[in-house]
Amino acid sequence: MIDAMAHFFAEWGTLGMLVWTLLKIICIALPLPIIVAFYVYAERRVIGATQWRYGPTRVGPYGLLQSFADLLKMLFKEIIWPQRANKGLFTIAPVLVVITAMASWAVIPVSDKLWLTDIDASLLYIMMLSSVGVYGIILAGWSANSRYAFLGAMRSTAQLISYELAMGFALVGVVLLTHSLNLLEIVHHQEGGILSWHVWPLLPLFFVYWFAGIAETNRHPFDMAEGESELVAGFHVEHGGITFALFFLAEYINMIIISVLIVILFLGGWMAPFPFLNEIGFLGITPLGDGFLWLVVKVVFFLFAYLWIRATFPRYRYDQIMRLGWKVFIPLTLFWVVIVAVATQWSRMFG
Amino acid sequence: MSFLALLFYIFSAILLASALGVIAARHPVHSALSLVLAFFTMAALWILLGAEFLGLALIIIYVGAVMVFFLFVIMMLDTRHPEKIKANWRVTLPPLVLIGIIMFAELAMLIMHGSHAREAMPVPEAGNTLALGQAMFDRYIYSLEVVAILLLSAMVAAIALTHRKNPLAKRQDPSKQMAVKAEDRLRLVKMTAEREEDNESDVSSGNVSLGNKPDGKGISS
Repeated sequence: MIDAMAHFFAEWGTLGMLVWTLLKIICIALPLPIIVAFYVYAERRVIGATQWRYGPTRVGPYGLLQSFADLLKMLFKEIIWPQRANKGLFTIAPVLVVITAMASWAVIPVSDKLWLTDIDASLLYIMMLSSVGVYGIILAGWSANSRYAFLGAMRSTAQLISYELAMGFALVGVVLLTHSLNLLEIVHHQEGGILSWHVWPLLPLFFVYWFAGIAETNRHPFDMAEGESELVAGFHVEHGGITFALFFLAEYINMIIISVLIVILFLGGWMAPFPFLNEIGFLGITPLGDGFLWLVVKVVFFLFAYLWIRATFPRYRYDQIMRLGWKVFIPLTLFWVVIVAVATQWSRMFG
Repeated sequence: MSFLALLFYIFSAILLASALGVIAARHPVHSALSLVLAFFTMAALWILLGAEFLGLALIIIYVGAVMVFFLFVIMMLDTRHPEKIKANWRVTLPPLVLIGIIMFAELAMLIMHGSHAREAMPVPEAGNTLALGQAMFDRYIYSLEVVAILLLSAMVAAIALTHRKNPLAKRQDPSKQMAVKAEDRLRLVKMTAEREEDNESDVSSGNVSLGNKPDGKGISS
């Protein structure tokens, strides 16, 4: 069906391509906030269950509409600009965070045929966006003209930059294995079942990428940006109403992106763990055929792990976070990258 | 005018405006942000030329790391009174004009005699990253090594400068903290339960009372 639609729009020339691309963008951008809404609901229910209480149950059946009620409340709240705040930057900061979070989806392939664009350096593009996302945080903290917000921004920027290095090195391992920066080629390199996934040769890098990803999205136990007990709410303490909702949205979109990236880079993306499972059919329909469901299952595990970790572990202290990033993760990734480089060169030269 | 040409003119206009903003903005944070915008549009121009690796690397390195540290430092400074920072024009103008003239002359020479420079830059068909990597690690490997050693020595020097031992500084040793066991801090004692009346005679006789040390000197000492 997708091929037919692409063909239909291609006949219109440039205008058709524009409409087709816009359609695809809408198909990505519209479901995301809804997924985020249900993810927030799931978070509150899961943590409630972990702590032996209910969580939201009142709005809608089983409390399913709780996030939408919260969203409506935030939409109708007044935006308050603090005194002597830099009004323009204060308003643009949350928008910047959401743009960088949304734009990453342009290159993420979710199945064999579903993606928006296929550029050669898509991995670099995603790294670029994650490094630009820091600006939203630092500008939000600075423009609010508040000590708490500024301290929160400083902390989380330093944290993000430190963990970006570890993440970058973890990606170097993946690139060394696949010889490509293209996410599609990275997934296709892992074809052939669970044993050919990258997670086995790159096991330490997989864990580093996972935990650095948790730190990158400012989630527990690395949520220094917020640190309620120390900084009230961190860099967005002065943001209220819809401006806060945007930060919230961006945080959860980033969590989904990190989960999808872990799956694409290390766990074979939409590939089935055992390829014959894709052949299972019923009345000519193969429900697992295009692999989208595999991706969803794997991503949901990592999304659940975020909540699991949050419900289980206490928050790190700031100096412990920095120590973990610089003295444990970066040396570990450097060491493993050297090993992977030697191994790939060895196999190329001697068989 | 093709679509790419239109994009080129739009990005160039933004680039020039933001470059002007860097020197014209009153507030240092604003001029740093203009510089960020300039890097961004520059990267967009490079990507239009087909150099997507260079463009993305420019954003990752300069926007994502260097300018963030710039902003860090500028935001830490006391910039609430920009008029205080204003320099004395009579002192600063002559060297500035000299530097401007030299840079303009260099650029003019480059542009006028630049025809062979343009020929030396063939745009690879596909796999920009691959072509760049092959050029860097094959043809220019020695220059790359020299640059790498230069950067390494700069890094070591920077760390050595900032990491001098300060005898007054107090540090936490996380490995020591993590090695602490519950037994070191807390002792559970097994003892038989006591009742209030058993102690009463002691309290009334004054041998043990609140706040007094065993030697009987009391709180005032």
